[in-house]
Parts: sequence; C-alpha cells; structure tokens
Amino acid sequence: MKIKTMQELLDAKILCCEENVEKHVYSACGCDLMSDVLAYVKDQAVLLTGLVNTQVIRTAVMMDMLCIVFVRSKAPTEEMLKLARDTGIVIMTTEKRLYEACGLLYSNGLVGNKAKS
Amino acid sequence: MSEELVFRYDVNGDDFTSAGQASVQVKRNLRQLGLDSDTIRRVSIAMYEGEINMVIHAGGGVAEVRVSEDCITIVLTDKGPGIKDIEKAMQEGYSTAPDEIRSLGFGAGMGLPNMKRHTDSIEIDSVLGVGTTITMKVNLG
Ligand SMILES: Nc1ncnc2c1ncn2[C@@H]1O[C@H](COP(=O)(O)OP(=O)(O)OP(=O)(O)O)[C@@H](O)[C@H]1O
Ligand SMILES: [Mg+2]
Repeated sequence: MKIKTMQELLDAKILCCEENVEKHVYSACGCDLMSDVLAYVKDQAVLLTGLVNTQVIRTAVMMDMLCIVFVRSKAPTEEMLKLARDTGIVIMTTEKRLYEACGLLYSNGLVGNKAKS
Repeated sequence: MSEELVFRYDVNGDDFTSAGQASVQVKRNLRQLGLDSDTIRRVSIAMYEGEINMVIHAGGGVAEVRVSEDCITIVLTDKGPGIKDIEKAMQEGYSTAPDEIRSLGFGAGMGLPNMKRHTDSIEIDSVLGVGTTITMKVNLG
C-alpha cells in the first residue's frame, strides 16, 4: 500500500516528508509501548501509536520505519518533526483511534506481522 | 579499514527527551561507512536499548562504539546503582522501572533480552553501588 493511500483511508494530515508519500509499505504495527516495538517488530514499515514523545521517532529511526501515524489527533512537537525529517520518515496525524485506524488499514490489505523472529 | 574507528558520546541522564541521541548519531555514522543495513539495524537497536537503560536506570553514562575490520563493539558505562541480579534482569518481562517510565513507552523488561538477541556477544559487568559496564559485539562479514 502506498503511504498516500494510508493517508486517504485514515483521512489523515501529513506533517512532514510529504515527498515520500509515493513509497510502498507492506506491513504495519499499532502499539504504545516502544519496548515491545523494539523487541517484536520485524520489517514493519509503519508505526501507528497514541504515544507522543521523541522516543517514538527515535524508535522508528532505529527500526528503519518509513511512516508514523499518530492517532486521536495527537500532534508531535517541532523537535520531533525535525528528527523525522532528518531520516525522511513521513509523519501523519488522524482523528481516528488506534483500533479503528489499524482496522481500516488491515481490512484494506495492509497486514501486520507475518514474519516471526 | 585497517584503523579502528571510535565514536564516543556522553549520555545525559537528566533528560529523558534526549535519550537515544547517541544511537541516532551512531546509526548515521555507520550508514556513512557503507555497512549493510541489517548490521546497522542490529547495532542501532542494541545500542538504543542500552542507552535508554543508562538514562532510566543509571542516571546517564558514556557510550563508546568501536568499528574494526571484523566487528563492531558497543561499550556502555555508567556509575549507576548496578544490577543486583543479572540473570533475573536478562529475563523477558523483568523490570524495576517506575510507572512514569511505563507511561513514556518503556519499562516492559524487554531491553536486555533484546540486546542479547541482536548481538553476537554481550557481557555485563555490574557492581552494586558502583556502576555497570555492558560490552556488546556484532560481527561483520
Ligand atoms: N544500566 C543499568 N543500571 C542499573 N540497572 C539496570 C541497567 N540496565 C538494566 N537494569 C536493570 O535491569 C532491568 C531489566 O532491564 P531491561 O532493559 O531488560 O528492561 P527495562 O529497561 O526495565 O524495560 P524495557 O527495556 O522494556 O523498556 C531493569 O528494570 C533494571 O532493573
Ligand atoms: Mg530497558
């Protein structure tokens, strides 16, 4: 699925790195616990989360993710956006809740974790 | 690369917001060296977990990353409280992190096992009341 398609499905607003919305992503994860993202996620390019702090961005950087979706209209700070810009990570924010946002993407073909470490 | 390359960072323990800065910088440096992305990711995740641990549990410390021909060595040194029971600390789910750390997205007791999983060797030297030194190696090629 293209990042742009995600944005349309979630009715989300892109906050940075709009130039990368044509990129394709093949799986995603929804999680507020960065400990678990670091430990269990494998090759997921998208993180959907309701947690907003700089560690969310750094976690995504460490995991080579391409896109972060903040749910429930959460807005990252300028510092977080700058960090994301440095590595080209697309950041968007949606009014939808985590469960609904994940469900929408999943039911439109963006599945979760198939690879097991 | 015959010379060993060394990166060294002070990790500030007073400010959770900056935790992970050193790891981001190391990742950038390793990319510039042209290492393969799988190796870089393993080093990044292991170091990031260790750096966050230094901030959360030990009030900061020093991170050193050495790149030699055949391996990358990450050494994390702190003067924190030390780890009482290392075997326990290595178990998934064991954490002494306070609730406020959990509300920041950490403290699930996954860090040390994850560091072990992503590296070829991990050595933990810890003395109660003195500090902890963690040495991790990721082999190259
Ligand atoms: N540098 C350190 N100094 C003192 N204690 C530490 C240090 N690193 C880890 N510990 C102890 O080991 C425990 C387990 O660490 P681990 O990284 O596995 O989990 P955590 O940091 O509590 O949670 P998570 O890593 O999932 O966010 C910690 O809760 C803490 O008690
Ligand atoms: Mg930890």
